[in-house]
Amino acid sequence: MSAANVFVVMRRELASYFATPVAYVFIVIFLVMSAAFTFHLGGFYEREIADLEPFFRFHPWLYLFLVPAVGMRLWAEERKHGTIELLLTLPITASEAVIGKFVAAWLFVGLPLVLTFPIWITVNVLGDPDNGVIVAGYVGSWLMAGGFLAISACLSAATRNQVVAFILSVVVCFGFLLSGLPIVLDLFRGWLPQALIDGIANLSFLMHFDSISRGVIDLRNIIYFTLVIGFWLVANRIVLEIRKAD
Amino acid sequence: MLKATDLTRRFGPLLAVDRLSFEVEPGTVLGFLGPNGAGKSTTMKMLTGFLAPTSGSAEILGHDIRRDSVAARRVMGYLPEGAPLYGELTVAQFLTFAAEARGFRGDERDRRVGHAVERLELKSVMGQTIETLSKGFKRRVGLAQAILHDPPVLILDEPTDGLDPNQKHQVRSLIREMSPERIIVISTHILEEVDALCSRAMIIAQGRLLADDTPRGLLERSRYHHAVSLEVDALDRAASRLGELPEAREVEIRRGRLTVFPSGQGDLFRAVGKVIEQEGWQVSHVQLESGRLDEVFRNITRKEAA
Repeated sequence: MSAANVFVVMRRELASYFATPVAYVFIVIFLVMSAAFTFHLGGFYEREIADLEPFFRFHPWLYLFLVPAVGMRLWAEERKHGTIELLLTLPITASEAVIGKFVAAWLFVGLPLVLTFPIWITVNVLGDPDNGVIVAGYVGSWLMAGGFLAISACLSAATRNQVVAFILSVVVCFGFLLSGLPIVLDLFRGWLPQALIDGIANLSFLMHFDSISRGVIDLRNIIYFTLVIGFWLVANRIVLEIRKAD
Repeated sequence: MLKATDLTRRFGPLLAVDRLSFEVEPGTVLGFLGPNGAGKSTTMKMLTGFLAPTSGSAEILGHDIRRDSVAARRVMGYLPEGAPLYGELTVAQFLTFAAEARGFRGDERDRRVGHAVERLELKSVMGQTIETLSKGFKRRVGLAQAILHDPPVLILDEPTDGLDPNQKHQVRSLIREMSPERIIVISTHILEEVDALCSRAMIIAQGRLLADDTPRGLLERSRYHHAVSLEVDALDRAASRLGELPEAREVEIRRGRLTVFPSGQGDLFRAVGKVIEQEGWQVSHVQLESGRLDEVFRNITRKEAA
């Protein structure tokens, strides 16, 4: 694994994002939506509490649709246009390509998150928030986006059709998001042992994100998201190997 | 040396490449010839490490394509079928990426890109996005990417497909220029290209190697090899007269043209010339045929299909 190769792949990928309107559309939509959720649904002002809870609360739902929209093209497009053949016959390994593309997309998703900084300034002007909790919220939000993205990247490698990749990704991300709630758990109740159901409940993005965004940077939550990302990237590598030639 | 041993690839029930074995020495331009779906591209995909063979192996300058894949890819330049490129990038961005992926940085990278750009005359389009380029330019960008690192082995999948005659000529000149000291493998279904470009040709159909010869050797397999064609005023009389020659095996009249096939004894061309002189026929055209590749190709590939 060479970091230089990962970097080269990442730079190429980022250049492609900004060569098309996709990047700008994504950034604007993210900013508009997150503002709308925070102020209208979250009741940012009405709560009269100096924190960003109403801002972070809606991130999982925003990511559920926006992150698969970024991830769907990662491999499906390469396969559709045949550039995957170019990429994977350069002297770089498939793992370097998988990681390089993922990191590019992850940084790209992180960009609008960074651009929400005015709300941080706003809350500091209006009151005296716990900035540690806010930093934790940002870190947690970005980690969760990485989890969604790794899922989308892997599913994108499974098809050359971006719409299929998007829908599959939304469904799987939805499952991961809600795995702690009855809507998912009821599917397994009755035929899986309780220990496994507890395991599934523990896979919930929502639960882990909630505890990070409340300011508890528990190592376990960070390890959880890192493992999710790692697992799906390994899966991405395997799916790629199986499907690249179809 | 490039060496393939029993290279085989299956796609489900379909046997795309069936125990292909061959060796290529430097200084060779090897042409893969075959009908569509013959397994040419699949073979190239295996040689470049994109597809893993179902069984068998290949070595590029001593690097096994599976065990030592990155090293094998480092010494190869590859133009995939249809020359896929990142359309949203500019030519400059794309070639810089290709150079960096091959490990060049700074001045060395710029020098490599500059050299390839010069060679393929891409300077005028460097700032243009690739998707806005004409087909000929796109193909040249694909070739520039493949020769950037001056590789000892070049694998080009249909390098002239879809180009106009001038562009074809340009690409062929480039390949010819690069051929000494290098191993170049091209695939094509354009027969004239084999004659114009290749020092060796392999005919592949249904994944199997059917012929492996020089273009001249293939021509010698044609029944037109050393036949004499002529356009003459008295076709029927000429046909019966020439058919009696001991040097002639048979004669054929097609579209106002008489072709005499050699029997193998004596010099047919000279014998025909003598008869023409004796009889005083009005001849507008005489030609000693070298053979017809399309006929050889059809014979070899059809025999297989039957």
